[in-house]
Amino acid sequence: MKFLGLVIAFITGVFLVYAAVDFPDWADPESPASTHVSPHFIEKTMEETSVPNIVTAVLADYRTFDTMFEATVIFSAAVVCFFVLRTFLKKEEREERLYRHVLTGVTIRVKEGGRIPPSDDFERIDDSWIPHDLIIKTICRLMVPFIQIFALYVVAHGHHSPGGGFQGGVILGASVIVLAMSHDLRTTLQRMREKVVGILCAVGVLLYAGTGALCLLLGMNFLDYSALAPILGVGPVTARSHGILIVEIGVAIAVMTAMVWIYNNVSSRGNYNEGL
Amino acid sequence: MLWQLDLAILTLVVIAAVGSLMVKDLLGAAILFGAYSFMMCLLWTIMGAVDVAFTEASVGAGVSTVFFVAAVFRTTRRTKD
Repeated sequence: MKFLGLVIAFITGVFLVYAAVDFPDWADPESPASTHVSPHFIEKTMEETSVPNIVTAVLADYRTFDTMFEATVIFSAAVVCFFVLRTFLKKEEREERLYRHVLTGVTIRVKEGGRIPPSDDFERIDDSWIPHDLIIKTICRLMVPFIQIFALYVVAHGHHSPGGGFQGGVILGASVIVLAMSHDLRTTLQRMREKVVGILCAVGVLLYAGTGALCLLLGMNFLDYSALAPILGVGPVTARSHGILIVEIGVAIAVMTAMVWIYNNVSSRGNYNEGL
Repeated sequence: MLWQLDLAILTLVVIAAVGSLMVKDLLGAAILFGAYSFMMCLLWTIMGAVDVAFTEASVGAGVSTVFFVAAVFRTTRRTKD
C-alpha cells in the first residue's frame, strides 16, 4: 500500500512538472498576464481608486468578489470548528466548582447549591489548573497592547504599505491568543465572551457583503464602491478608496474573531474551561 | 538577489517539507511546518510579493502553528503510521 502511494505520488509529480513547463517564464513580458492584465492595473490603479498599493486595490476592488468569499470561507471554518468541537457540560459535571483565593492561593471547593460572596478576590479555576509563570505572564501582558496597535496600523495602512484586513485581523487574533496562552482561557473569555466572538465574526462578513448590497441599492454594481460617493460626501475615486478601507475593516473583524473562535474550541476540546 | 541565498532557502524549504511529513513526533512536525512556512515567507519576499509574504508570516508561521500545537496537546503526540 505504501509502495502504491509512492508510485501515485511520483506519477502525479511528473505530470505536474510536465504541466509546469508550459507556464510562461517568471516575469516573461510576452505572457498573457503581462501583456494586458498587469499593465492596466499598473497604469490605471492610481487614477481609478487612488490607492498606491496595487495589491490592495486588486484584492479589495478589482477582485473584490474573491476576497468576500475568502472571508466567508474563514467564517465557515470557524463555524464548523464550533459545531464539531463545542461540548456543553452535563449538569452533574457542573455540581462542584473550584475557586481560588487570589491573594493567598487557597483553593476552596463549592458543592452544589453553595455559593461564594461576590468579590474579585476569588477566581474560578479547574482541577487541571497550574500556576501561571510570572515572567511569561508579565511579558505577554506588556506585549499585547503593542501587538494590537501594530495590527490596527496594518489594517489602516493597507492602502500604502503591505498589509490589509487579513494580516491585521490575524495579528489582532494572535494578540488575544497570546493572552489565552500565557494566562488561561477563562481570563480571555472574561474579556471576550463566546457570544461576542461569534456575533462579531458574522458582523465582519456582513459588513463586507452589506457594503456590496448598499452599492447595489444605490444603483451600481455589487461592491462598486463609487456608488458610496454621495453618502461619504467625496468624489467617486476617493469613495473607492474609502470603500476598500470599509471592507478591509470588515475582513479584519471576521478574521480576528475566527482565529480566536477556532483557538478557543481547539485548545479546550470544546468545553471552554482551561485551555492550553 | 544572490542565487546562493535563493538556493539555500529553497533547500531548507524542501528539507522542512519532507521532514514535517517524516517525523513521528507530531509536535516536531508542527514546528517543522512552521519553519517551512517561514522559509516560504522569505521566498515570497525575495520574489517581491511582500503582501503574500506578510500573510504567510502571520497566518502560516504564526497562527496555524499555534493551532497545530493546540490540536497536538488535545489529541496525541505520536502518529500511528
